[in-house]
Amino acid sequence: METATPNPTAEAEAPLSPWQLFWRRLKQRRIAMVGGVILVVLYLVALFAGFVAPYSYDRQDRDRFFHPPTWPRLSSFQLVVPRYEQLSGDFNYHAVPDDTRPVRFFVRGDPYKLFGLVPATIHLFGTGDEHYPVYLLGTDQFGRDEFSRLLYGSQISLSIGIIGILLSFTLGMIVGGVSGYFSGWTDTVIMRLCELIMSIPALYLIISLRATFPPSMSSAQVYAMIIIILSFIGWASMARVIRGMTLSLREQQFVLAARALGQTHLKVIVRHILPNTFSYVIVAATLSVPYYILGEVVLSFLGVGIQEPNASWGNMLTAAQNTEYLRNYPWLLAPGAAIFITVLAFNFLGDGLRDAADTKA
Amino acid sequence: MSLLEVKNLKVYFPVKHGMFSRTREFVKAVDDVSFAIEPGETLGLVGESGCGKTTLGRAIVRLVEPTAGSVLLDGEDVAQMSGSVLRARRRKFQMIFQDPYGSLNPRMTVEQIVGEALDIHKLTDSKAARQKRIIELLKAVGLDAIYAQRYPHEFSGGQRQRIGIARALAVEPELIICDEPVSALDVSVQAQIINLLRDLQQERGIAYLFIAHDLAVVEHISRRVMVMYLGKVVETADAKTIIREPQHPYTQALISAIPEVDPESKRQRIILPGDVPSPIHPPGGCPFHPRCPIAEERCRTEVPAFREVARKHFAACHLAGTKIASPRNPARSDAV
Amino acid sequence: MVLLEIKNLKMDFGKNADALRAVDGVSFNIGAGETVCLVGESGCGKTVTALSIARLVPAPPANYVGGEILLNGRDVLKMSGSELRSIRGGVVSYVFQDPGASLNPVFRIGNQIKESLKLHKPEKATNEEVIRLLKLVGIPAPESRIKNYPFEMSGGMQQRVMIAMALASEPKLLVADEPTTALDVTIQAQILELLSELKQRLGMAILLITHNLGIVGDMADRVAVMYAGQIVELSPAKELLRRPLHPYTKALMASVPKLHGTADRLSAIPGNVPRIGNFPPGCRFAPRCPIAKPECSDKLPDLVEVEAGRFVRCPFWKSP
Repeated sequence: METATPNPTAEAEAPLSPWQLFWRRLKQRRIAMVGGVILVVLYLVALFAGFVAPYSYDRQDRDRFFHPPTWPRLSSFQLVVPRYEQLSGDFNYHAVPDDTRPVRFFVRGDPYKLFGLVPATIHLFGTGDEHYPVYLLGTDQFGRDEFSRLLYGSQISLSIGIIGILLSFTLGMIVGGVSGYFSGWTDTVIMRLCELIMSIPALYLIISLRATFPPSMSSAQVYAMIIIILSFIGWASMARVIRGMTLSLREQQFVLAARALGQTHLKVIVRHILPNTFSYVIVAATLSVPYYILGEVVLSFLGVGIQEPNASWGNMLTAAQNTEYLRNYPWLLAPGAAIFITVLAFNFLGDGLRDAADTKA
Repeated sequence: MSLLEVKNLKVYFPVKHGMFSRTREFVKAVDDVSFAIEPGETLGLVGESGCGKTTLGRAIVRLVEPTAGSVLLDGEDVAQMSGSVLRARRRKFQMIFQDPYGSLNPRMTVEQIVGEALDIHKLTDSKAARQKRIIELLKAVGLDAIYAQRYPHEFSGGQRQRIGIARALAVEPELIICDEPVSALDVSVQAQIINLLRDLQQERGIAYLFIAHDLAVVEHISRRVMVMYLGKVVETADAKTIIREPQHPYTQALISAIPEVDPESKRQRIILPGDVPSPIHPPGGCPFHPRCPIAEERCRTEVPAFREVARKHFAACHLAGTKIASPRNPARSDAV
Repeated sequence: MVLLEIKNLKMDFGKNADALRAVDGVSFNIGAGETVCLVGESGCGKTVTALSIARLVPAPPANYVGGEILLNGRDVLKMSGSELRSIRGGVVSYVFQDPGASLNPVFRIGNQIKESLKLHKPEKATNEEVIRLLKLVGIPAPESRIKNYPFEMSGGMQQRVMIAMALASEPKLLVADEPTTALDVTIQAQILELLSELKQRLGMAILLITHNLGIVGDMADRVAVMYAGQIVELSPAKELLRRPLHPYTKALMASVPKLHGTADRLSAIPGNVPRIGNFPPGCRFAPRCPIAKPECSDKLPDLVEVEAGRFVRCPFWKSP
């Protein structure tokens, strides 16, 4: 029997999977890689927040309310930090000249738990002397280090984004896949439900959902509640889009072939249809994370988010709403800058992903 | 007993107007079709777009639900089965698709594509056995074992069709519905795949329902040929006979429309006026009468019966056997 | 009188190190009123060659690295933007393979034909002229059809509309790229019939691209067979079909199932069509050729006139 031996030179290159091709195309987009690197750094720092932050998030320095940022200076080849003094009673601080301590790395400081599990006391940097604090971003009205709170807050805000979209997109994909695949009444009912959810203004939905939970909860419970609320809002629009994609994928011949082989409906959806929606899902997910981060900020502004003394970017910003604060102590806006950078980075990455996914073979 | 016996198969699709209105119209994609295929035999199915041949193929494999009629495979009515019983029976009949680029999941390797067939029906009991079987199947369709780890986009159209054939063979079917398997391939590759299908048939005794619009290909590979028009079978006969002595005017026009490679041929082309009609509003009486060069009054009102007009040769025409030798009809007048 | 002269056309996709040669030294002519068929399989460069006649291939990534395309004596590759716009439709018109994709779905067909008229014969951009064109291409009841949208018409009708659009500006050369491949066989016969009539009536030259040798027999005066970016055989149509000379042409004709054929097994050509960028050294058909000799892979053969008007790119064309 004749065999068709293909042209040997054509197959000399190592085969690339669709993922590898995608990755290669993504690497060519500089701005997406910049966004990606920023995000990797942000998430790594959030992971090691306890270590990188010089102080604990609730450590109050009663001598130094509204302290401006103390940046280390270079003095005879050493990084040093001066001591500040309050001259009058209204939070005006001045550096005392020639009274400095060097900044050291890997110093002992407040105890914390790395990853929430491992107790430790070593911090990335510090002076080791509590009269010579390193407040990179100043302190707030309770004398707490803004930089440390920013880092601890990043743990909350960044993880809410990731976990939130994981939950809502998984739910959206499954519901959308089932709806589009089976059509008929299943489809109609599910899609009407999605439209219902999508048509309720998000703000009211958030408030009503919050009202279904007991008013006082532990911070861990509040954290979980926020994720649940945000996911509940987000899954419906994803479900709609996946359902549309499923309708067309369902007619593809490789799906028909799987059905003809006798594959069960669930496996057809999970093995054949949903994987071919990934290129859209990844892009949509990346571009949606900022909304979850901002959603947490909204919840905090409404007073139903993460509660003090825990830090989140949302409640830090909420506390800084006062015009007097903004005028006199602008470093309190640091969380806003952090959110800005994060959202920008996600958008850069998301645009790059979309371009890379677009011309898929 | 025939391997496959289709009896009075109907596939009607409702045409819905709006969400809540009751269905008033149907697209009669397959309208009362009956035929049989013997084990190891190839039945060719020809027709143009809208004739229902693809829908018929899919209805037999239960990718489309039959509206009425029965599909008897080894005596069991597949059209009535469901659930795990149907799933188990699916081993007996498989399908090869037309589009080499759409018939393989772009995110699965060749090994996963062919292996899925084995996994669904639990045909192998160890990883090693599974691997061995996959390689066997790839060899059987002329592909090297090293291709198992590759993705579909790295292959040419002809190779992808081979992968699709390997997938169908994995469950050891008795019948394969070939839905235009070579139409989307390069001419020089078509012959390879046609030869491969014939060889597999001879080695394994698989029966084929070979659906195509190219009569020359169908004649080459089939023992018998069925011609469909607007959901109905209009003629059935041995392949050679139907080409040499077509009885139905549509078959004659179809044969004459094929461009011939022979430059000396002085054949008169029969050009049918009008377009291939839409199956939503089929004409009354004989479905072909609006385009038929020899249509009479009877053809407009009476549906012709599908009857034996010569030995083992069936046609649905009141005037079966009349040769259309008319000069070319200009394509302008009386279009549908 | 020679209408189109393509001389040693060479075109790459991409530049420098990434360049992939798609058209490699293609030369042929079309005389006024003549029908030439360009035959080949996917990836042989026939479509790109045909599109180059009006420089319709997007210029990055396409890169013309050699040759000339003389349309009425002027080199298309050197024309300015405005010159190109005047020859497109004015001298050479195109009809493409899938009429459903070539017609804009949101405009009525009457307006689309008028658009074509406005560009080249603005004084004739009227409904009457549109109706005349629709009658010319055999669309019944044209007065009511003007208002149709493309989706309201069948594939055959849509292709007729495409032909009407192409003819609106009275081109000297009609380039039809696989115009009937997407159509049913009986409709295909209608369209080919229409093209023959139009050719006779309007004295138009036609460049017909196809992979179907049967169409060649019906329509062509001369035929160029392309393989891997080059012409491997150029000959009057009847001669080629009666007695093909190049091994590829012979193998192609032998592998196509014919009506009333008696072959038990088709003589398939082994291997795959070489993809652009992966052309084998020397004669590009050699790896699949039944009569290939070792020296075939050393040197690329030239296209040589071996009989009157018949050109072959194979030194062993005489072998049976």
